[in-house]
Amino acid sequence: MRVFSDMWAYLSDGANWAGSDGIAALLGQQLLLTVTALLMAMVVGLPIALWLGHLGRGGFLAINISNVGRAIPTFALLALLVVASWPGTDVLGPYGRAGLATLIALTLFALPPIITNSYVAMREVAPDVREAARGMGMTGQQRFWRVELPLGLPLVVSGLRLALVQVWATATIAALVAGPGLGQIITDGFFRSNYGKGIAGALVVAAVALVLELLAALVQRAVDPTRRGTPSGGHTDALSVTGATVESPAESVG
Amino acid sequence: MTLLGAADDPSCYSRLVNDWVCMDYVTDRQQEIVEATIQHIGITVVSVVLGLLIAFPLALLARRVPRLESAILGITTGIYTVPSLALFPLLVPFTGLTATTVVIGLALYALTILVRSLLEGLRSVPDDVRESATGLGYGRGQLLLKVELPLALPVVMAGLRVATVSTVALTTVGSLVAYGGLGNLIKDGVLTNFRAELFTASLLCVVLAFALDALLVLVQRMLTPWTRGVRA
Repeated sequence: MRVFSDMWAYLSDGANWAGSDGIAALLGQQLLLTVTALLMAMVVGLPIALWLGHLGRGGFLAINISNVGRAIPTFALLALLVVASWPGTDVLGPYGRAGLATLIALTLFALPPIITNSYVAMREVAPDVREAARGMGMTGQQRFWRVELPLGLPLVVSGLRLALVQVWATATIAALVAGPGLGQIITDGFFRSNYGKGIAGALVVAAVALVLELLAALVQRAVDPTRRGTPSGGHTDALSVTGATVESPAESVG
Repeated sequence: MTLLGAADDPSCYSRLVNDWVCMDYVTDRQQEIVEATIQHIGITVVSVVLGLLIAFPLALLARRVPRLESAILGITTGIYTVPSLALFPLLVPFTGLTATTVVIGLALYALTILVRSLLEGLRSVPDDVRESATGLGYGRGQLLLKVELPLALPVVMAGLRVATVSTVALTTVGSLVAYGGLGNLIKDGVLTNFRAELFTASLLCVVLAFALDALLVLVQRMLTPWTRGVRA
């Protein structure tokens, strides 16, 4: 297992962390990419999905967008964007080589989980709660802000959490098409048969992914107004298959 | 050769033209494309089946020992969180630069989805159905095979569809270790700026995902004839 000692040597050498293409700089770059893309997807996706969910319209689109998003390989979309004449491989400020192409791909892949979960979050508010709010004389806006949004928030946040995981993974893959981010260490190590380096990069990427997921899970717990979150596969769980993300389309076909 | 080539119109996948959509490429490189597609299907199917084989006992264990449930779900979710480009390298020290690396990685991802859908499916079986079966004298094993699993099937199949579609997409990343099926063509397309190759391989990936999904829907219809006409 010489690769492990190589990996350790790579990670413990301070020189590999410093500099413009060191681990620290690439980590910062990938975090910047991730945050930017997630924010852009939230700005675009959240208002539309929440509003559609409030009105109860466009459910077919909101739910199937996740299924379509899942079928498109992130690698293929990134490759298409990079090879196309626009956006191509142009450097975009701090986002690095092929920065724009990467940001577009990241945002596109963050949208499906955000849209589907936010839509379902609004629809899954219990009908009697909704009716009670209406009976109390609340207007549509009041119902949205004071009833539906607080009750649906955990599911909305679980969509954001899923999007975060997706964006981080896609940002890593960007390096496979000569894009920015930590994946560069992985692909560079592999293409030059320096496997210790590749595995070191993978370890850093995986560790950060787990930390991000944990932070997101904490946020999700914090916003649950009822605090009866069922972490083991209840409806609030983003990965749960009978949960919001796939149930309706999958069942209606059968 | 170059002189002769210049006399004709350049092929739509020549360096000069480099079209995205080019049927000449598909006919000329047919063998390469077919081989990549077969490798892609092979890796996908083996991964999902392997994932299912591991997920099944795990789900049963989680159900039998409730204390283990959150541990199993926590660990599988943790694996799911690791990006594929990072997961494959982490497996390389154990499995080398082989198709096994890709298959194990993809099976681990499929596993997460499948364990959850198996648990959800079994949980969706109504208690009174279970009690009636027990009252009729079904033992534990028979109850599982003849009552619970068939009733859980719609939910399990939903999970299997999600797992299959995402595995088709993720297989492309296997090109890191040169076993990525159509992903190998995509990678080559990026490196050599070969648009027809890149576009054809990407399109085939998506088509493959939807074809396998449709196939699973058909299988589900055949396996659960009683659900037809009940749901809208």
